[in-house]
Amino acid sequence: MKKTLILTTALAGFAFSAAAEEITVMSWGGAYGKSQIEAYHKPFMEKTGIKVISVDADNPATPIKAQVEAGNVTVDVVDVEYADAVRLCDEGLLEEIDPSILPAGSDGTPAMDDFLPGAVTDCLVTTIVFSTMYAYDMEKFADMAPTTIADFYDLEKFPGKRGLRKSAKANLEMALMADGVPAGEVYDLLETDEGVDRAFAKLDTIKDSVVWWEAGAQPPQLLADGEVSMTTAYNGRIFNAAVGEGQPFGSVFDGQVYEYDGYAIPKGAPNLERALEFLVFATETEQLAEQAKWISYGPARKSSGPLVGLYQDGKTEMGPHMPTSADNLVNALPSNFEFWADRNTDLNERFNAWLAK
Amino acid sequence: MSDASHDSVQSGPLTTADGKPLKAALASAQAHRTRRAFYLVAPLLFFVVITFLMPIGQLLTKSVNNPAFYSWQDRDTGEKIPLMVDLRAWFDAHPAGTGPDEAAYAALVTGLVHAKEVKAQGQIGTRINYEVSGSRSLFTKTARKADKLEPPYKEAVLDVDKDWDDPKLWNSMRNASKAFTIDFYLSALDRTRDDSGNIIKADEERAVYILLFERTLVMSALITFITFLLGFPIAHLLATLPLRHSNLLMIFVLLPFWTSLLVRTTSWIVLLQSQGVVNDIWVSVGLISDENRLQMIYNQAGTIIAMTHILLPFMVLPLYSVMRPIDPSYVRAARSLGATSWTAFRRIYMPQTIPGIGAGGLLVFILAVGYYITPALVGGSTGQLISNLIAFHMQNSLNWSLAAALASLLLFAVLLLYWLYDRLIGIDNLKLG
Repeated sequence: MKKTLILTTALAGFAFSAAAEEITVMSWGGAYGKSQIEAYHKPFMEKTGIKVISVDADNPATPIKAQVEAGNVTVDVVDVEYADAVRLCDEGLLEEIDPSILPAGSDGTPAMDDFLPGAVTDCLVTTIVFSTMYAYDMEKFADMAPTTIADFYDLEKFPGKRGLRKSAKANLEMALMADGVPAGEVYDLLETDEGVDRAFAKLDTIKDSVVWWEAGAQPPQLLADGEVSMTTAYNGRIFNAAVGEGQPFGSVFDGQVYEYDGYAIPKGAPNLERALEFLVFATETEQLAEQAKWISYGPARKSSGPLVGLYQDGKTEMGPHMPTSADNLVNALPSNFEFWADRNTDLNERFNAWLAK
Repeated sequence: MSDASHDSVQSGPLTTADGKPLKAALASAQAHRTRRAFYLVAPLLFFVVITFLMPIGQLLTKSVNNPAFYSWQDRDTGEKIPLMVDLRAWFDAHPAGTGPDEAAYAALVTGLVHAKEVKAQGQIGTRINYEVSGSRSLFTKTARKADKLEPPYKEAVLDVDKDWDDPKLWNSMRNASKAFTIDFYLSALDRTRDDSGNIIKADEERAVYILLFERTLVMSALITFITFLLGFPIAHLLATLPLRHSNLLMIFVLLPFWTSLLVRTTSWIVLLQSQGVVNDIWVSVGLISDENRLQMIYNQAGTIIAMTHILLPFMVLPLYSVMRPIDPSYVRAARSLGATSWTAFRRIYMPQTIPGIGAGGLLVFILAVGYYITPALVGGSTGQLISNLIAFHMQNSLNWSLAAALASLLLFAVLLLYWLYDRLIGIDNLKLG
């Protein structure tokens, strides 16, 4: 984390001092960062001649407040989760984006109808739908593979260490679903103290076997090292390790929590005009469809859907690997951004307290 | 002639050649020299004020003052706009514990309408959300509808959301509208306020900071002790070996010191993880079975091992610098007078190394108390220190006032320990090199 921050600051500072015809885009790195470089950055550089510098962070939302408050913003475009965008936007830390600058879809649908419902907010233009699901090491469970979210919590039937993200978000929802709560009732239950207690009680059952991860690139690494036998992860990272690198990882979408993620512009970005130009370009139909060729995250425009074809290896159908494909949505939960924008602090404080004991 | 001049010297005060009194001339020369010396250190002083004293001042201010509820700064113009003016006036006019009446709700609505115009409703909501979870959306939602609300306001606001009559919410707004508040220190000490504003203990499930302060101090003390146990013999060896060998040994001590902190921390992950080098060796020689690999990382043990290694040079170097000049003839003299080697060590050698032990111990302890990156990487859940929670509030929850309060408490704790050290051992007795 510190390393990426230092790297980010150093690189961004360098970018700022060099030339005006550059923009800095901060994202999550790894396979996801690569998909953005291939689908957005490279074509944008070719088209406009503006250099795009990519920097990484464990969660790009975290350095934004410090940069804006200090009046030293070095990032032009930032890739953030939906709930974080709502929170940062509320605090006045992001530039507002006029939705009328977004072009219509390639099939002529006006932009606001083309984007998935709610995908364009005051400050955020969604690019992808990603999911937190879980993956397992197929070699460890050759005889009987886990198939449900409850299996993740079943240490007897499926022994081995578990990987979980060190954060309350998604963990609480998945714990409740593993405890038999239907997806539709999860947030109603989490609004109550009993619901939160129940989620933590479920997490308690595997607490001693958990290895906590923070960066999205860690879960595939933990699985490959044999450090854990199952781990929650962002689905695209697992897809890239399994299909792209041939790792023996199985994905389970039962009990997944899916969410929007997209581009926003920090308040006071050094190259606002260029940043907007990039944001508009990246969220056009073709680019969004192109990104889905590199990683299994669903594009945010409906018009991109039909254009999504094969993975870059030229033989893998992307459709079934998307979190939004019909098979994967059987028992799935859309993340409730309002809930997390409100309760993120409170629940994470409790999560930290729970973790430290 | 000579007599006359002698007389004049005798009668008047001493003067210099140009007739100034000697005393004044000396004083001005002295002042000149002091000024020159000051000019030389002025850049350093300036640097210390800018980079050290001012940030600490800001930190302390931030921990007791959070103006998010009553002041909005326009980021484009830098202009400061007061918020919730009427409501603050109402709070001033009515003592704590007064239930909100129609006037209070009217003031609230006016404040929200104004906040929405300058887009400050999110900031206000976020501020109250620190204390009353779920109130962020309450503020944004109500602000969205505020300009359409009609009197009676109490009913209208409660119509939007009935959570508005929660006394906790009003207490929190009252506290947030004060320029100075100790509430962040209360949170940092696992305390909170009940509905009528009295200070009470936080829920068992949310209390974490005192536990982590204690853990931080205990683990830092333990790490200091281990570095002492490991560092003392090394320093002794370095100090007594012939220079040719000791230089080589010194390089082994310094090499890790020059290596990046992150490299050293991640190397420990490679070594200690359950599929790592150490476990692999133990399994291959049959010390442990493959199923029972030891968990030595992502927990307290991992933090202690990695931090001990990283902080070891800070113990060895001061010890070495103190041991080097100790004359070996003292110990020989003690031995020749009949002391056992243990007594000679205990009564003669050890007391002479105290300044080094003090310096090394203080250095390692203070560094360990504020350590962040190593516990973040290898600490898992039980190896986290208070600094990790400060980072959490800086980066994730964005509650900088609470982060500042936690950091100030840590600062006070270290200053207190420093003072204790000065009282018990004496700070003059410190030798760093």
